[in-house]
Amino acid sequence: MSGSNNAQAGQMAISFKLNAKEYNLTISANERLLDLIRNRLGLIGTKEGCGGGECGACTIIMNGQAVNSCIIPAARADGAEILTVEGLSGGMENELHPLQKTFLEKGAIQCGYCTPGMLLSAKALLDQNEGKEISRELIKEGISGNICRCTGYQKIVDAIYTYARERKGIE
Amino acid sequence: MTWENYYMPLTTGEAIELLVEKQGKARIIAGGTDLMVQHRSDPLNVRALIDIGRIPGLKEIREDSRRIYIGASVTHSQIVNSALLKKKGRVLVEAARTVGAPQIRNVGTVGGNVVNAQPAADTAIALTALDARIHILSGDGEFEKPVIDTFLGPGKSCIDPSKELVTAFSYSIPGPGERSCFARLARRESLALPIVNLGLWLCLEEDDHILKDIRIAVGPMSTVPFRARETEALLKGVLLDKAVIEKAGRSISDEVTPRDSFRGSADFKKQMIGVILKRSLESALEGKGVDSDEREQ
Ligand SMILES: Cc1cc2nc3c(=O)[nH]c(=O)nc-3n(C[C@H](O)[C@H](O)[C@H](O)COP(=O)(O)OP(=O)(O)OC[C@H]3O[C@@H](n4cnc5c(N)ncnc54)[C@H](O)[C@@H]3O)c2cc1C
Repeated sequence: MSGSNNAQAGQMAISFKLNAKEYNLTISANERLLDLIRNRLGLIGTKEGCGGGECGACTIIMNGQAVNSCIIPAARADGAEILTVEGLSGGMENELHPLQKTFLEKGAIQCGYCTPGMLLSAKALLDQNEGKEISRELIKEGISGNICRCTGYQKIVDAIYTYARERKGIE
Repeated sequence: MTWENYYMPLTTGEAIELLVEKQGKARIIAGGTDLMVQHRSDPLNVRALIDIGRIPGLKEIREDSRRIYIGASVTHSQIVNSALLKKKGRVLVEAARTVGAPQIRNVGTVGGNVVNAQPAADTAIALTALDARIHILSGDGEFEKPVIDTFLGPGKSCIDPSKELVTAFSYSIPGPGERSCFARLARRESLALPIVNLGLWLCLEEDDHILKDIRIAVGPMSTVPFRARETEALLKGVLLDKAVIEKAGRSISDEVTPRDSFRGSADFKKQMIGVILKRSLESALEGKGVDSDEREQ
């Protein structure tokens, strides 16, 4: 069995990799992954919006897939590889991932609350379609689980589309 | 949150042992997309959760010489991307594609969708159209039954996730002349539960449009995923032409008993299910929604 429940009721030891760093932690068996990330690790880029899987503000990438961390038990992180917005630039302090730069250039950010989730949904989509042409339709589907109440989505789609076209030259 | 232990067994045997040991005080969790959301408003009264996401056998999609098997913790995304199901389970692929959004499809499972037993659960409707069987494991051993027999009422399944583990769903490999498709009407394309949905499976006589057999599953048209058996009976053995398709649309509108809800009035749903059935029959005839081996697309 993976993820061990120890004698003390409610506590369990887990280990996982987050933003390329290894963690060994004791957590509560009933903790949410979002709270583990925000409260224990202090990584507050990941936001809580609706808390029920409907808005995507808490989106992270877990084992290569975009997921809503607000409805995932933290225990499930055991053995997982996780990426949050803080890890996008690959650990370079004060650096932005080129996708983030494109968001800035294209004005794809207003209040910014949905942005980390948008970026991670976009990243998962781009990773899953490595080397392929990405249409606007596919981008819309890729971010369809992320709600933005400011931009009207157009500029977000533009930014991801622009980056997807450019990245062949960049990466 | 309430539970004190969170187990992640690696085999179905371990999972069952835990269920037996906890004597009704533990509960199966698959993706948690229903359970974790329900827990927010109505805290779960359990001592332990048993996460089945690490049991490899429950995540498989495979076929033997007669049937297709879909593990209970196969996610909607896995279904959408399955080459086997694209060829031999279109109704299921098309249904899974409509669920929630990518984040939900990456996590939510077919087993959870069925046990959660909502009258318009998308993959539950598709499995009902396929006349799928559900395979269940408990402390007393293994058994199976038609999926449709598990639905008892809105949100009520005969499967008790504190005692029983769904291991898989299975259905007959589609033969010549068999086709299936799924259709749905919702406020938006993502993150919207269906106003109406429909899973269609049919078998045509070779070389013409005579319907040998048909199954129509619809939601939310009753307290459970609903088989429109009267309309099916009307269509069996009949040449499927424009006039018959019109008649089928009227028949299903009369047969179903939806309720008024914030997603739409009962009258609206009755009309729309007719429209959606007609479109689905037409698309099945045009060869869209093709299932069987010899009609590769
Ligand atoms: C934002 C959002 C959007 C959604 N959109 C849709 C939609 O468009 N269409 C739709 O149909 N659904 C939708 N859902 C509902 C949900 O995602 C699906 O029903 C999903 O398939 C549930 O699967 P799960 O693995 O997450 O279930 P869980 O939450 O893990 O479990 C659900 C129930 O099934 C039991 N259970 C799970 N697996 C087993 C098993 N193998 N054996 C015994 N018991 C089991 C659990 O104990 C629980 O009672 C949505 C949910 C959210 C949060």
